Amino acid sequence: MTGQSDFAAALLDPDRSTPAGLCGPGGAPAGARFDVYRNNVAVSLTEALETGFPTIRALVGDPFFKAMAGVHLRGFPPQSPMMMDYGQDFPAFLESFDPVAHLPYLADVARLELALRRAYHAADAIALDPAALAALPPDRLTRARLILAPAVQVLRSPYPVHAIWTAHRDPNAPKPTGGGQTVAVSRPVYDPMADPISPAQGEFLQQLGSGARLGTALDHAAQDPEFSFSTTLSLMLARGMIVSVEESPAP
Amino acid sequence: MPDMSLIPPTLPIGAGVGFKPAHFAAIDADPGAVTWLEIHAENYMGAGGRPLAQLRALAERFPISVHGVGLSIGGEGPLDRDHLDRLARLTGWLGPASFSEHLAWSSHDTGYLNDLLPLPYTTATLNRVCDHIDQVQDRLGRQMLLENPSTYLAFAESDMDEVSFLQQIARRTGCGLLLDVNNVFVSATNQATDPVAYIDAFPLHLVGEIHLGGHDADMDDGGAPLLIDSHGQPVADPVWALYAHTLRRGGPRPTLIEWDNDVPDWPELASEAARAAALLAPVLAPAQ
Repeated sequence: MTGQSDFAAALLDPDRSTPAGLCGPGGAPAGARFDVYRNNVAVSLTEALETGFPTIRALVGDPFFKAMAGVHLRGFPPQSPMMMDYGQDFPAFLESFDPVAHLPYLADVARLELALRRAYHAADAIALDPAALAALPPDRLTRARLILAPAVQVLRSPYPVHAIWTAHRDPNAPKPTGGGQTVAVSRPVYDPMADPISPAQGEFLQQLGSGARLGTALDHAAQDPEFSFSTTLSLMLARGMIVSVEESPAP
Repeated sequence: MPDMSLIPPTLPIGAGVGFKPAHFAAIDADPGAVTWLEIHAENYMGAGGRPLAQLRALAERFPISVHGVGLSIGGEGPLDRDHLDRLARLTGWLGPASFSEHLAWSSHDTGYLNDLLPLPYTTATLNRVCDHIDQVQDRLGRQMLLENPSTYLAFAESDMDEVSFLQQIARRTGCGLLLDVNNVFVSATNQATDPVAYIDAFPLHLVGEIHLGGHDADMDDGGAPLLIDSHGQPVADPVWALYAHTLRRGGPRPTLIEWDNDVPDWPELASEAARAAALLAPVLAPAQ
């Protein structure tokens, strides 16, 4: 083992002995001095998870979150210096961590928090002027593609993730009830937003996001009789989800 | 040999602070004695959003120092090329007044450890660090500043002292040095050496920037004092005294207040910057 392999392994494993060749003043054994580095690593990564997953922390409580973060950070240390990306493995970890097996919705709440963080750092986009849509005759509009902002993401869950997330931001919010939710994440200017949407609206956004023509996405969404294009479009415009309309010749 | 085509640091000789988003509006309203700002490079490597918008706005008004914390210049493995590319993109569009990094390592095969870890001062480390700094300066097209670390322990295998180690790096790579006076005080206390002797031996003519920050006091298992570089409180009085000594010896330098944890309201941080500016003033314009 090289010096740094040994040092790194001991940093992440509190049961491992202090690496050889480290000393305090006058050559005395380093002893607890090595623990300063151990503590720095554990505390800084724990704080990064606390900052990244405030709802998970609120759901399980601070002492439990800290203990759980300690297990996670040792199993899944960051893979790059881009700390804004740290925590991608956290949802899968929550799914496999036995002590939270009775809280099966945690992983999807963590996925929502990750989506909001991605939206926060996503590339800037200028929202489309609604007049540009209104100006297009219907036949040209249905053949066009609506280009979505880079921040737009859709999350589906068998749990009421949006209601859970809201309940931990607003003490007056109703207690989460019911089944699954689909959530649209967007960033109108600089602050990410999460809106509960119907599964058909989620499907519609995903179709647009993967490059389908508006007409194709609408035909698909029409399978749900409750899908309303005007309601969906209002939300998309209000949240700055559309950046441009791309017209291409009819096939 | 120093490469004369590299862009040298051009920070103003005055007080700066480490920028925190919570202070954006307050700085805009009244920067006080602050004449430049420092950012942590890694916080501004996203694709867009508020961080970059704030940075663009600040850069119109203040010279910006880009301070990297994640490059792992002392790492045993090769430099992270992707990360160096991200730094090059940031310094490319921003055109900062300075770029600096640490004499430390933070990445290994196991991952990124998010801390500035210590190095043995040996010929092997020296060769590796110089090689990495050459790559950084080549890629960025800039002369960088290398910062002295806070250390909590030493390596039995070290056969050079830290000052001569830094001096040799600067001579071989042409990089400048960032002198963190709090780190000098913390390390000297922890290693039971004399911080004033460290400053007196330091090649102050190579210093392009000074850092000041707060530390926590603890004890090791033998009851010896152990200071922790926490950046979570005001600069300690003995560190101010050591800073004044540094200025008397080496002349005025751009000076940064670092406060990264338990960040105070702007007036308290601004008053720390004002204290640095007050110590700089008489050195900048000696009384006739």
